[in-house]
Amino acid sequence: MRKTISFILLVILLIGIYYAIAQVHYGENKMEVSKHYINEGLKENGVTNIVTSVVLNYRGFDTLGEITILFIGAIGLGLVLFGFETKRKDIMPASLILATGCRFLFPLILLLGIYIFVHGHLTPGGGFQGGAVIASGFLLSYIGCSKKRISEKGINILESLGGTIFILIGLLGLLFSGYYLSNFLPKGTINTLISGGIIPLLYIVIGLKVGVELAGIIYKLME
Amino acid sequence: MDFLYKNIYYIGAFGLIFIGLYMVAAKKNLIKIIIGLGFIDTGINLFLIMIGYIKNGTAPIFTKAGIDSAQMVDPVPQALVLTAIVINVAILALALGLAIKLYEHYKTLDVSKIRGLKW
Amino acid sequence: MMIFITLLVIIMLIGAICSCIIKDLLSAVIIAGVVSLIASILFYFLQAPDVAMAEAAIGAALTTAIFVFAIKKTKGKKDEKDD
Repeated sequence: MRKTISFILLVILLIGIYYAIAQVHYGENKMEVSKHYINEGLKENGVTNIVTSVVLNYRGFDTLGEITILFIGAIGLGLVLFGFETKRKDIMPASLILATGCRFLFPLILLLGIYIFVHGHLTPGGGFQGGAVIASGFLLSYIGCSKKRISEKGINILESLGGTIFILIGLLGLLFSGYYLSNFLPKGTINTLISGGIIPLLYIVIGLKVGVELAGIIYKLME
Repeated sequence: MDFLYKNIYYIGAFGLIFIGLYMVAAKKNLIKIIIGLGFIDTGINLFLIMIGYIKNGTAPIFTKAGIDSAQMVDPVPQALVLTAIVINVAILALALGLAIKLYEHYKTLDVSKIRGLKW
Repeated sequence: MMIFITLLVIIMLIGAICSCIIKDLLSAVIIAGVVSLIASILFYFLQAPDVAMAEAAIGAALTTAIFVFAIKKTKGKKDEKDD
């Protein structure tokens, strides 16, 4: 009864959406704002990856809001699952293959993640992708060799420090120029590691924060 | 066949949204409902990136010095979808935490038993 | 090229329908991870390498891990099947 009624309603909804979306043609040029971003982006910012300059310079406030939502999600999960108590359980040890492989692979995965977010303004990549790779490395170390893992206090301190440094860099921009999160350091030569003002610094801070946050979410769900 | 080739991305994105909405509306196990929520997210992200595509365009990155910038695809939807993917994983984690707490209280994951629905 | 993309989209839709029908929870979650991976390949064909990297790292790896932990914690003594 419930299945048939929902199926019929969804088919009617889909036919209506098809008649509305068929006006949008596939493969033609639509927006005027992105013409300005592509033509002037290299001169105004100094970074070669245009998506990075859109995320951190032209749309910096949206990145600030997204960091806040991730922070609230991680805190809310800890509060829902555990309340205010602090005792934890132990997990059982892993087999021989997993333990040996984990000890060999964990520094290499961490190195790959750090490379991805340090070179975020030159090649495809950035803070969020590098943070997800770091969180996968922590998941592997938690399953395989659970004796050496980072304590809870270290995770909390690193996460809060990341968010605070991001807000402080924005306030420094307010102090030097007229508006929040402005680009006040000099833009170096194009296509080198030190270029683009504050954009590499922001991505390093975001990469560390997001990586440790996602690893913390997995730790809380595992106990 | 020509109709299929021109509109294949539309069919893929809207097919995923349709299946996700059906799973949210008509399934009884709580974990299946949350899997449907994940399908809706993937479908909407695919639709947003497809709107910004230009025929015979290239990726918006200046790897060499003299790349022609008249044929690049739209960079603004890519920046928005990057934010949306990370927010969706936070929503899924919080929903699963609530599902675990519900199981500890009611000892079952059947939605009709928890809410007391008639159908 | 277009034949390849058409085949990928058809496999993605069949996988989504199978994940809806199968009664075992662990299999449904793993098929959802494969659907996310095929969506990441389609992002690459639409000339968006940043989004493809983010969807592969977050959607295919972390989401599947979170689901498997949640299923392990909500399993009782008798088996819970779908409706």
